[in-house]
Amino acid sequence: MAGIAVSTTINGDAFEYLCQPDETLLDVLRDRLGLTGAKEGCGTGDCGACSIILDDRLVCSCLVLGAEAEGRQVETVEGMAHGDQLHPLQQKFLEHAALQCGICTPGFLIAAKDLLAKNPDPTEEEIRFGLAGNLCRCTGYDKIVRAVQDAANVMKGA
Amino acid sequence: MVIVRRQFITVGETVMTKGETMRYIRPLSIEDAVGLLAGSSGTAAILAGGSDLLVRMKGGFVEPDLIVDIKAIEGLSEIRQTPDGFSIGAAVPCAVLGENAALKKAWPGVVEAAKLIGSKQVQGRCTITGNLCNASPAADSVPALVAAGAKAVIAGPSGKRTIPVEAVPIGPGKTSLAKGEIIEAILLDNQAPRSGDAYLRFIPRTEMDIAVVSAGVNLTLDEHGVITAARVALGAVAVTVLLVEEAAEALIGRKLDEAALERLAKICSGACRPIDDKRGTIEFRRKVAGVLATRAATTANARAGGK
Repeated sequence: MAGIAVSTTINGDAFEYLCQPDETLLDVLRDRLGLTGAKEGCGTGDCGACSIILDDRLVCSCLVLGAEAEGRQVETVEGMAHGDQLHPLQQKFLEHAALQCGICTPGFLIAAKDLLAKNPDPTEEEIRFGLAGNLCRCTGYDKIVRAVQDAANVMKGA
Repeated sequence: MVIVRRQFITVGETVMTKGETMRYIRPLSIEDAVGLLAGSSGTAAILAGGSDLLVRMKGGFVEPDLIVDIKAIEGLSEIRQTPDGFSIGAAVPCAVLGENAALKKAWPGVVEAAKLIGSKQVQGRCTITGNLCNASPAADSVPALVAAGAKAVIAGPSGKRTIPVEAVPIGPGKTSLAKGEIIEAILLDNQAPRSGDAYLRFIPRTEMDIAVVSAGVNLTLDEHGVITAARVALGAVAVTVLLVEEAAEALIGRKLDEAALERLAKICSGACRPIDDKRGTIEFRRKVAGVLATRAATTANARAGGK
């Protein structure tokens, strides 16, 4: 099947794939590359479950075409842990039970990673505004905010 | 070895389910983009941030035969500071506007308006040019741009032209751009001395919603605080963003005192031609348009150094 040939970098590794012109990067990640961390919640950029980092910008991968990733750097939740060692955010989400069904969690983790990269010492308000593009429909946000605050403290000390 | 510079970085061509052909092309020059759009026989869409286009594609509201991604065109992803002011490339995401200290200092109202569009994820993609061309009456950045006197630089088959931004949207989802035309940049002049701009909107929650009513104001004062130039724009109260010239005329030549604010509110409420819907009644929108205009004017006046 014909398609657009794309070369890109995902979590530091080179990837090549063929995709259709109207295929989103989210669909490419999940259905072609087996990177199922990013989730499709709404598919219209409202819920943030598909959040990834594209060239240092937090974006919804459902609002990016697969073809647009050509020559760019993509970071997904799969790149957060180093082997068995969880990223401090992942560890703190576990410790604070900051998830229930887990569908929104990869998006929250990536959004929080982007937030702390740009603002290592955020206030609670900054965390709530920074994560306002991610929706959680079961845990609520308090535990998530506390996990991010705790992770920020760990990462500052590291 | 002969190196041939490829005209386009990527040419994708695929047979779609309905037997139509969809192409995604990323041209390297504005001339190539114009040529592609002008030469297309079906539905052509310009892709910058995609935060409107991809949602419309997903919803089945548009099935483009051609998608022209303008992000690889030189200069379109930059904010350039010129002797006259700022040139904001059509592909610059709103997040980048918020990171530009000079732009924030000169045009805080425009930047605040642009920063209100969507979540952080959307900010990383959405553009003010896209916001303008999506032609929603409730677009957040548009009243601020209209108040600021921003201009759109349009490239097309017969060359370039520059028009005021308020001449771009002509109705919900409709623009005055002709086939093959593309906005390559939004221009903002240097702010005159003793000037300030501001933008405010009403939404029923604290963020990430569509304006029910909005107002952008830009004021210039003399040494005594008397208004010498004014522009007032209202959003979400008519089929397009409104430039309320009568409101500006009422402000010029006087200080922004209680009487001036009252008059401003009255004129703005009267200029509205809003719809009645679940997000706001006609009566509510009229009232709030006046309130927001006075509050935005108060902030703009303070930013201009007035009291």
